[in-house]
Amino acid sequence: MTVEIVIAGRRTRARRRAIVVTALAAGVLIAYAVTLMVGQTFYTPGEVVQVILGQQVPGASFTVGTLRLPRATLALLAGAAFGLAGVTFQTLLRNPLASPDVIGISAGASAAAVFAGVTLGLGDQQVSIFALVAALVTATAIYLLSHKAGFSGIRLILIGIGVAAMLNSLINYLLSKAAAWDLQVAMQWLTGSLNGASWERVLPLLIVVLVLGPVLMSVSRSFGALHLGDDSAAALGVRTDRTRLLMILAAVALLAFATAATGPIAFVAFMAGPIAARLVGPGGSMLLPSALVGALLVLLADLVGQFAFGTRYPVGVITGVLGAPFLIYLLIRTNRAGGSL
Amino acid sequence: MTDDDRLSAQSLTLAYGDREVVHDLDLSIPSGQITAIVGANGCGKSTVLRALARLLKPRSGTVLLDGDEIHRLPSREVARRLGLLPQSPTAPEGIVVADLIGRGRHPHQRFLARWSAADYAAVADALDATGIADLADRAVDELSGGQRQRVWIAMALAQQTDILLLDEPTTFLDVTHQVEVLDLLTDLNRERGTTIAMVLHDLNLAARYADRLVAVRAGRIHSVGAPDEVITEQNVREVFGLESQVMPDPVSGKPLVLPRGRHHS
Amino acid sequence: MSTATLGGRPTGAAALRRPVGVRLAWLAGGVVLLVVLFAASLAFGARDVSLDEILAALSGRANGVGEAAVTLRMPRTVLAMLVGAALALSGCAMQAVTRNPLADPAILGITPGASLAVVIGIAFFGLSSSYSYIGVATLGAAVASIFVYAVGSMGRGGATPLKLALAGAASAAAFTSLVSAILLPRVDILETFRFWQIGGVGGASWDRILVVAPFLGLGALICLASARGMNSLALGDDMAAGLGVRVGRTRLLAAAGAVILAGAATAIAGPIGFVGLVVPHLCRLIVGTDHRWLIPFSALAGAALLTLADIIGRVLTRPEEIEVGIVTAFIGAPVFIWLVRRQKVREL
Repeated sequence: MTVEIVIAGRRTRARRRAIVVTALAAGVLIAYAVTLMVGQTFYTPGEVVQVILGQQVPGASFTVGTLRLPRATLALLAGAAFGLAGVTFQTLLRNPLASPDVIGISAGASAAAVFAGVTLGLGDQQVSIFALVAALVTATAIYLLSHKAGFSGIRLILIGIGVAAMLNSLINYLLSKAAAWDLQVAMQWLTGSLNGASWERVLPLLIVVLVLGPVLMSVSRSFGALHLGDDSAAALGVRTDRTRLLMILAAVALLAFATAATGPIAFVAFMAGPIAARLVGPGGSMLLPSALVGALLVLLADLVGQFAFGTRYPVGVITGVLGAPFLIYLLIRTNRAGGSL
Repeated sequence: MTDDDRLSAQSLTLAYGDREVVHDLDLSIPSGQITAIVGANGCGKSTVLRALARLLKPRSGTVLLDGDEIHRLPSREVARRLGLLPQSPTAPEGIVVADLIGRGRHPHQRFLARWSAADYAAVADALDATGIADLADRAVDELSGGQRQRVWIAMALAQQTDILLLDEPTTFLDVTHQVEVLDLLTDLNRERGTTIAMVLHDLNLAARYADRLVAVRAGRIHSVGAPDEVITEQNVREVFGLESQVMPDPVSGKPLVLPRGRHHS
Repeated sequence: MSTATLGGRPTGAAALRRPVGVRLAWLAGGVVLLVVLFAASLAFGARDVSLDEILAALSGRANGVGEAAVTLRMPRTVLAMLVGAALALSGCAMQAVTRNPLADPAILGITPGASLAVVIGIAFFGLSSSYSYIGVATLGAAVASIFVYAVGSMGRGGATPLKLALAGAASAAAFTSLVSAILLPRVDILETFRFWQIGGVGGASWDRILVVAPFLGLGALICLASARGMNSLALGDDMAAGLGVRVGRTRLLAAAGAVILAGAATAIAGPIGFVGLVVPHLCRLIVGTDHRWLIPFSALAGAALLTLADIIGRVLTRPEEIEVGIVTAFIGAPVFIWLVRRQKVREL
């Protein structure tokens, strides 16, 4: 009976998704725990738990509580935020290569952050606000500029590339005017780094992720329909313009806050979605898997960057070096398979 | 032919930006029949279909669905009564046939995307109706053009609408698959009473399969009626700018258009 | 161009040919503009100089501060013109070879590829001479262009503008990331590279110009020689072959010219974007699509544009300077956006 075939097929796929998502979540938890335990001094899980519970443990309270905990939490949240933002854009533009890093929105946030931090010398909070506003303005500008007799994903991508080039130039200019010591710090930030993580930085991001994550998930059904093309989605009853706007706003906000907190961690927004799709299999909601993959990527990259080599590399360098070949691989794959261009 | 035309357009004017494409057009899609919209390239036939499918807001005039202005109705409501197969639908990479068909259940599903018994039944029914039950677990990317088109039709079927609109469903298919798809649509119409309106570029296939033909020229309706009435040498000349001879097709008895070019007349 | 008739109607370019006289006039105008800009570049800057001082410096007497400034500005101006011409030619050739209106050495990821090659050379092989930079940069440019073109042309539709641009942008992102990865721990070369990367003609000197000039000359000659071939390429591979053009060879030659120009220009002045994209388009509006006119005109216009950009960069925030690469980005990006909006989506 056909119905039974369909039910059986879906059940198999659902089971695979559940297993993979659980494994990813477990991976994230383990990576998080390891980040707390490992370092110059090794702390046992017991000590870590004590610190989390608020007890005073000599030595651990500072190292784990003040240094590692914010860092690990920031890594997790930023990774999740980048993952969500990336997969949203890739779905909206129906193109895995159209991640916000490529189409200029990260560049906008970065330019504002460099301007605020280096040129104006402002503090963390204000830098975040600058980054957020700039990201929103950039995204709006790109969206409006590409809007000519209707929405065109292709035009948006191309215009985004142009805007990214312009903004990157601006960043270079601002950096060239910076003092030497500022330069290194700025460059580190520009690659994406978790250094100097503090609860002040974590808190805004935490709120944003906790609020916007569910917002995105609430429209995740429409994700699937939108992936079929605007006409099909509209025919299925999706309010395309409204849904799209909501998705873009949420994605841009997530991206901006994460960028303000850690700098643009290279390629995470780009990689999370396609990796999640490969692991989980197509056909279901990509939001949670992408968030988990993003978080895992950042946590792992930070561990590698801190301990695997002689020098400490900021997390963005590791994701960059990983992401570049993956990007190229995906490019080749997408084009070869005809892509959804 | 029928009194209840569930879908109709009145005084419809459609434009892209400043360019008016369709002018003051009246059209009704008779229920329970197959209507084919034909015309030369750029005459506005796809535009009309998109307006009927609620994808385009008219500059003036209205599209009515069951007596209500289609743009006033909630989108979910429209999606439950009207299904659409657009011109170049895109499938997410690697998606499986059953899942893609399941997307058609979107207007019937609540907040959570869990499939109910009704959803499963609808998908299974769509698979059977389009004869692709054996492809249920295959990836859409791997299928042939004809099979893929059947999957898209199945998705529209799973929506369980009474009316189905198709924008050039046969354009990129070879002859065998063109006939397959049109035969399938005919089955749906005869067995389930689905109202079908489609834009076709092949005049002869349209003549063969449609109960009613609508010829569009330069954004206006040129002629409407049964194939025998619409497909005449005069009309073909006026709508397509083509000299031709029209005679009954020996296979189906419907009108067959034989073009006269400079070398063959 | 063929003036054969089909079915009684005259075809194609015959109806659209601009009179030779008009084009010559524009060409002459371009040369005049260049001379004017040369003078302006010598005159304006952090400190304006008078005509007397310019003339004095030109005849070799460098006594006052003004004349010293002019002496400094001369190689700089010459370099700006050479690099501008090179980039414009490179873009023109790339647009012809890829039949892509959005082709430009920076967008196609070629200049970042050259940068990556230079960084690898400096960081791991300790390269330091101008010659080696040029060689390595050209190599990097070649590898990057092959790579981007190969990836962009896979799959349905071949090398469409969108696919190439995406391949280029993605590759640029990849290359830039690798550059950061290599540079970050190397504080010693960070400063040098950063300065180079912004894209400037500030460090110009006659020796450096002499080093790079032969390469630029070679590339320009190749492009000029391929001009007729480029006209045919615009019709599509099949059509061109039908007209008797050796498509593969012409393409390779033109591409080689483009890559040498892009590589050498990047090696000496760092990555400068948008010149290669914008200049050919503007020139097309004036002299049409015949590459035998378009190539020389693009060279002139590119030289003029970069010189102008350099002047603006020196004057706008004086006494500070804005590097020319940044000025071109700010001029070029809006033009690029305008170009994208003009195209029909289907052509992209």
